Amino acid sequence: MTNLTDLGIAAIRDGFQAGDFTARDVASAFNDAVAGAKALNAFIAETPEIALAAADQADKDRAAGSLKPLSGVPIGMKDLFATKDVQTTAASHILEGFVPQYESTVSGKLWNAGAGMLGKLNLDQFAMGSSNETSFFGNVISPWRRNNGDTAALAPGGSSGGTSSAIAARLVPGATGTDTGGSIRQPAAFTGISGIKPTYGRCSRWGIVAFASSLDQAGPMARDVRDCAILLENMAGFDPKDSTSLDLPVPNWEAALSTDLKGKRVGIPKEYRVDGMPAEIDALWEQGIAWLKDAGAEIVNVSLPHTQYALPAYYIIAPAEASSNLARYDGVRYGLRDLPDGANLQDMYAATRAAGFGDEVKRRILIGTYVLSAGFYDAYYTQAQKVRTLIARDFDQAWEKCDLLLTPTAPSAAFGLGEKSDDPLAMYLNDVFTVPTSLAGLPAMSVPGGLDALGLPLGLQIIGKALDEQTVLNASLAIEERAGFTARADKWW
Amino acid sequence: MSSYRIQGTTGEWEVVIGLEVHAQVTSNSKLFSGAAASFGAEPNTQVSLVDAAMPGMLPVPNAECIRQAVRTGLAIDAQINRWSRFDRKNYFYADLPQGYQISQLYHPIVGEGHLDIDADEKAGILEDKRIGVERIHVEQDAGKLMHDQHPTRSYVDLNRSGVALMEIVSRPDMTSPAEAGAYLRKLRAILRYVGSCDGNMEEGSMRADVNVSVRRAGEELGTRTETKNVNSVRFVMQAIEHEANRQVDVLEAGGKIVQETRLFNPDTGTTRSMRSKEDAHDYRYFPDPDLLPLELTEAFVEDCRASLPELPDAKRARYIETLGISAYNAAVLTAEVETARWFEALLDQGAEAKQAANWVMSELFGALNRLGKSIEHSPVSPAQAAELLTLVTDGTLSGSLAKQVFEKMLETGDSAGTIVERDGLKQTSDTGAIEAVIADVLAKNPGQLEQYRSGKEALFGFFVGQTMKAMAGKANPAVVNELLKKALG
Repeated sequence: MTNLTDLGIAAIRDGFQAGDFTARDVASAFNDAVAGAKALNAFIAETPEIALAAADQADKDRAAGSLKPLSGVPIGMKDLFATKDVQTTAASHILEGFVPQYESTVSGKLWNAGAGMLGKLNLDQFAMGSSNETSFFGNVISPWRRNNGDTAALAPGGSSGGTSSAIAARLVPGATGTDTGGSIRQPAAFTGISGIKPTYGRCSRWGIVAFASSLDQAGPMARDVRDCAILLENMAGFDPKDSTSLDLPVPNWEAALSTDLKGKRVGIPKEYRVDGMPAEIDALWEQGIAWLKDAGAEIVNVSLPHTQYALPAYYIIAPAEASSNLARYDGVRYGLRDLPDGANLQDMYAATRAAGFGDEVKRRILIGTYVLSAGFYDAYYTQAQKVRTLIARDFDQAWEKCDLLLTPTAPSAAFGLGEKSDDPLAMYLNDVFTVPTSLAGLPAMSVPGGLDALGLPLGLQIIGKALDEQTVLNASLAIEERAGFTARADKWW
Repeated sequence: MSSYRIQGTTGEWEVVIGLEVHAQVTSNSKLFSGAAASFGAEPNTQVSLVDAAMPGMLPVPNAECIRQAVRTGLAIDAQINRWSRFDRKNYFYADLPQGYQISQLYHPIVGEGHLDIDADEKAGILEDKRIGVERIHVEQDAGKLMHDQHPTRSYVDLNRSGVALMEIVSRPDMTSPAEAGAYLRKLRAILRYVGSCDGNMEEGSMRADVNVSVRRAGEELGTRTETKNVNSVRFVMQAIEHEANRQVDVLEAGGKIVQETRLFNPDTGTTRSMRSKEDAHDYRYFPDPDLLPLELTEAFVEDCRASLPELPDAKRARYIETLGISAYNAAVLTAEVETARWFEALLDQGAEAKQAANWVMSELFGALNRLGKSIEHSPVSPAQAAELLTLVTDGTLSGSLAKQVFEKMLETGDSAGTIVERDGLKQTSDTGAIEAVIADVLAKNPGQLEQYRSGKEALFGFFVGQTMKAMAGKANPAVVNELLKKALG
């Protein structure tokens, strides 16, 4: 019998439907894998009973002939999604022990589609970080190691680092992520898996702990493109509880997957050739161009002239929104309350928030508070919004020449834990290729393209027009087929 | 310009007043959540996940609240902004679960409008005056802190958290407490006509922030103070009176007015400093990224317009011009929507307008006043009143008999017809009976008769009174007059 944890979403779904194995067998296999991978610290909470209960239901449904799209498929849930009766922390101390009485729209859709939950995945605290080193519950370790004998722990990327690590280590066949400035795509690239951030508004934000409302978007991460398409179909959809949700039907992305890119023009933005980028990434980019040509696409050079302003604008807008979104964590109604003897209300706020938030979260709250304050608002926030408009216009102009953009996902392969954690600016630079798409609200996907000289995965990013996830998925699948990426981390944990 | 001036020791001072009125929108649910918005429920029983700002919760605008704000704007002839936006006003307080209030700083839903107040010489308002309204925006209310539930702890009730408010900001166009009072009363009347706010200041569904400054005639505007959350028309007038005099005292003593927020004490009628501008919060307003800009279609605005009732000014003009009611009566009958509704129901029952107006103004208001009831709770319905007035018109009842019947209607709740039948209160025009009584009256009052005949015609009324009294008020006064004139010759 095959090792069930080697199967992806489509394979589990199809094998389960064909009667090759029971859902309980699948859930048990993944539960065991999760239980045996504590060293990765990918989970904040493991929920084996929930996975088994969903599996038993799936087995019953199969017997009754009432299968659902994800019957028999267990998945991981980033601990940013509120899950009813299961602790939801956003990897923070301030929400430690918080058990929601409600289910986020996206997780609820997945459970309604028959999926089961293996556990709540670790992440950067409040999704703020690019290495998963800001979690109150400890760093997530990537299953990948360099091939030079160095056993240094590597970053799984962030903020969806628990998700990427768990998928790469075969602890879950797929899981949810969220992406504010690259939090799905960069960890996918770091761990040799796939992940798509759909168009802003495709997935409801209701019940996802907010970081930066105008940028936050949920999306799937999985081992391949098809699995991402399957999960996304079961996550997306209009939600009247989210005013920014798009009232559009959800396309049948999986059924329309195709690697034929004839008639598609792929733009190569010259501004993404940044100084100091490793030659291997440049080489992979060239390889990606060749693959897409091979799939029938026409390659065109385009310019996105305001790219260099994207990162500074992002690090104004996202912290500004975060500083306000995180004001609700005040010790009054739920979560941590630190009430020193004789404390008044202000003292309680100060003590609770000092103890409850980590350094990176505090840094962003401070930045956000500063850029919104009287006298600085126009110079920072207003200016950043103008830049955001210009960046969106850059893309609009590019779409006059092409249908897709191809870029690297991140400017480097995975770095070692601790290597950048003392240098926030170096850390922020990780998002340089992913942030512009977030500012423009466009769909973008990272797929693994190959390994660098140290044996670490590198990702390519496909960016599409708003609502054109299909073409993004198709081009990604074309790369996936040609890259033949089968490398996986050797088990050491 | 009103005649109102503060007489200082160094001369006269003018007062400049602007009002920011917070009016709770009449709606079944809150501005951004489905929770109920009614007054007086048990604490924390009308709180949704959104109102409590649970993690991941999102606001969704309530179309009814938006509609009410647009209708209010149309009722004061204001610009309706087809594109508006919500902003967050950030500050920490235990009654503010999100840590920010969703409001509209930069792009309010309603722009420039106005309302008119009437001349009132007694109150020193010399002529009709137009007061500008700068804007109306919608925003969330906060919850309520309760400090009296526990010796060392405070409790918070989130029932009010997220309830929709309209903030109606006037221009600094008022120059006396009386004008401010008239503006508030007029605004409240319009809100109640429109049905967008119940205007109930005691329950806090309408409250005003009062901006006051003083200056010498012709000078630039002085520094203003803002007195927060004043919750009755009388208190607003008192607060202005006190604050203007306080400012004059400070200035005349060589001091300076500090731009600050003040609180009104209803027990003493005075204001005191709450915080100065230096201590003011930096609210870090920015557009709420959870909400899209609010875009209204022309059809939506036109639908709001079509739904507006006849407003007080138009109604008053119609009463005067079409119904022939006196200007004074028309003003009183249209001042409150409930009065106008009651009066129009009376007309719908067939009552004649002028007669009905006079009757409501004198008889009904008198009775309600005595009983301490508002017109919505009148013990006599418009239909019952219409029957009574018909009995007067057709000669069954004289004016004084109608009064007696009305008293019995108030006491018993019976209809006028029933009372007339049962108590035999019908007016009589039987000339034979009346002539007999008159003869008797003249015989019993020879002195008055002689005086009358020697020219003291004012005594005519005396004979009418005696005759009516002898007939227990049931004689038809017109017949009595005619027959008396004949008898007195």
